[in-house]
Amino acid sequence: MTATDLSTPVPAVVAPGNRAPRRPVRSLGGRILGYAALALAAAGLLLPFFWMVVASLKTNNDVFTIPITWLPDPVVWRNYLDIWQRSDMTTWLWNTLLLSVIVTFLQVFTGSFAAYGFARVRFPGRNLLFLAYVGTIAVPWQSYMIPQFILMSKLHLSNTLWSIVAIQAFGAIGVFLMKQFYETIPEELSEAARVDGLSEYGIYRRIILPLSRPALASLALLMFTTTWNDYLGPLVYLRSPELRTIQLGLNTFISQYNAEYALIMTGSVLSVLPVAVIFLLGQRYFIEGVASTGLKG
Amino acid sequence: MATLPRTRPRNRRLVSRNTVAGWSFILPNFLGFAALTLLPVVVLFYVAFTNWNVFGVAEWTGTANFRRMWDDSSFWTALRNTVYYAAFHIPLTLAAALGLALLLNRKLRGVRFFRTIAFFPYITSIVAIAVVWNQLFSPEYGPINALLGAVGVDDPPGWTASATWSMPAVIIVGTWRYMGYYMLLFLAGLQTIPAQLYEAAETDGASPWQRFVHVTLPGLRTTTFFVTVLLTIESFKVFDLILVMTGGGPGQSTLVLSQYIYQKGFEENQFGYASAVSIVLFAICFGITVIQFMVNKRRNS
Repeated sequence: MTATDLSTPVPAVVAPGNRAPRRPVRSLGGRILGYAALALAAAGLLLPFFWMVVASLKTNNDVFTIPITWLPDPVVWRNYLDIWQRSDMTTWLWNTLLLSVIVTFLQVFTGSFAAYGFARVRFPGRNLLFLAYVGTIAVPWQSYMIPQFILMSKLHLSNTLWSIVAIQAFGAIGVFLMKQFYETIPEELSEAARVDGLSEYGIYRRIILPLSRPALASLALLMFTTTWNDYLGPLVYLRSPELRTIQLGLNTFISQYNAEYALIMTGSVLSVLPVAVIFLLGQRYFIEGVASTGLKG
Repeated sequence: MATLPRTRPRNRRLVSRNTVAGWSFILPNFLGFAALTLLPVVVLFYVAFTNWNVFGVAEWTGTANFRRMWDDSSFWTALRNTVYYAAFHIPLTLAAALGLALLLNRKLRGVRFFRTIAFFPYITSIVAIAVVWNQLFSPEYGPINALLGAVGVDDPPGWTASATWSMPAVIIVGTWRYMGYYMLLFLAGLQTIPAQLYEAAETDGASPWQRFVHVTLPGLRTTTFFVTVLLTIESFKVFDLILVMTGGGPGQSTLVLSQYIYQKGFEENQFGYASAVSIVLFAICFGITVIQFMVNKRRNS
């Protein structure tokens, strides 16, 4: 805490001549130090992104030079045309978009629906059931991916886009986040609606859903980003080249053209761009969503 | 646990109506959840005791997989590397996240902008992150070693090309990626500490350090504990970052548990053995969470 508020009365016991003049100095020093630390941390956090963009605008030979060139000279836009010819970028982006939209829709729908059951309907066994949901948050997917793959193969779902929909759409995260939010809505609202003869489904649709738009937005953003960025799921389940998602495609591209440094960075920029735009637009929802799922998990 | 009211005949009807309504809400999600998460977890404990292979032929082999694991030096390497990663990733990320949160909790300009930046690595895909950091870490031409050279390091590390430095490189990237996320949790925690506590401490003449130790840290105890648990699970399941950055190499220097499961299962089709290794990962992550629950409960009571 910096002492920025100079109007705070100084306690009488402290000799004013001794202490009062020092405070602004300490606070000014503290501020400068604070800004310096912020600037340094920001530089460290941004450097990789800066490099990514700059390298994508260089010719391949200019990416690594001694000494390092921090700005592209000349600026080469060609990479952003070439990448579409050199790779199946269009297919990858389309597959990923399709998956992200379907998964987001299913997760938001089933998650918010189930969360209502957990938050507002009392029935025997409810808490035990919820415990099963909570419990699996501590179980990493990596530890049950083998049996899940076996099951999925038996259902003939592996190597189809459906497999990714199946593994992502019914996670506990949506139930969790929405339940957290529903519990902040006053119970009296539902009570009043019940008295008016609304069924539980009516209450969910007419009262709770309209009130929970911010939480739904948080969940949708989180799910879209998670699905867009998922690498392991597609790696395990999608074998055919035409099913590749952007992450899987980008990684095969990297191993295929491992010396095309500039083009690889171009692909990386393109893979990050959609999520970056979405994040910047919906930042508020994003951060609220993370803070609320994280804290009470 | 909400206890249900003693059921009188009229209430019983209400209970059964609520049960139907409750289940109907939960069912669409639960069907998928049960089939794709709960069932696999149960099946895991069966497959691990068989020699299940790619043809789906399984024979009960008892503890054979576990006995094999005991003598498998690659398994122990993977476990050791995972612990190595966790031992550095957890404290580093914890310190970085808390530091950033404290910095951001002050009334400085540009805090909102910075919060956005700090969160950016977390929403960027692992593949893009791994490939750009590999370029930054490039031993001969990369900017990191150029920077080290500029400050007088004569013999900069080989990073992902060196068996000694590949794990530190991965740890640095892991910390860079996740600190923004945990910072957010700390920030939320900091905002729950009443300002009066700080004012009181200041009135008593407490130095900034004393305020940190006696006000901030106790106020953040729940958050810190929770963040530590999340971080531990996240560290022990680390996989995609390492897979894309180093592929587990050079040699086996960055081979971790999750990757070993993947290798045995999906590359060598030894589903039974891979499941046995999975149980170790499962036990570690689940055990940690159970401990958290117990400590939490004891503190609350």
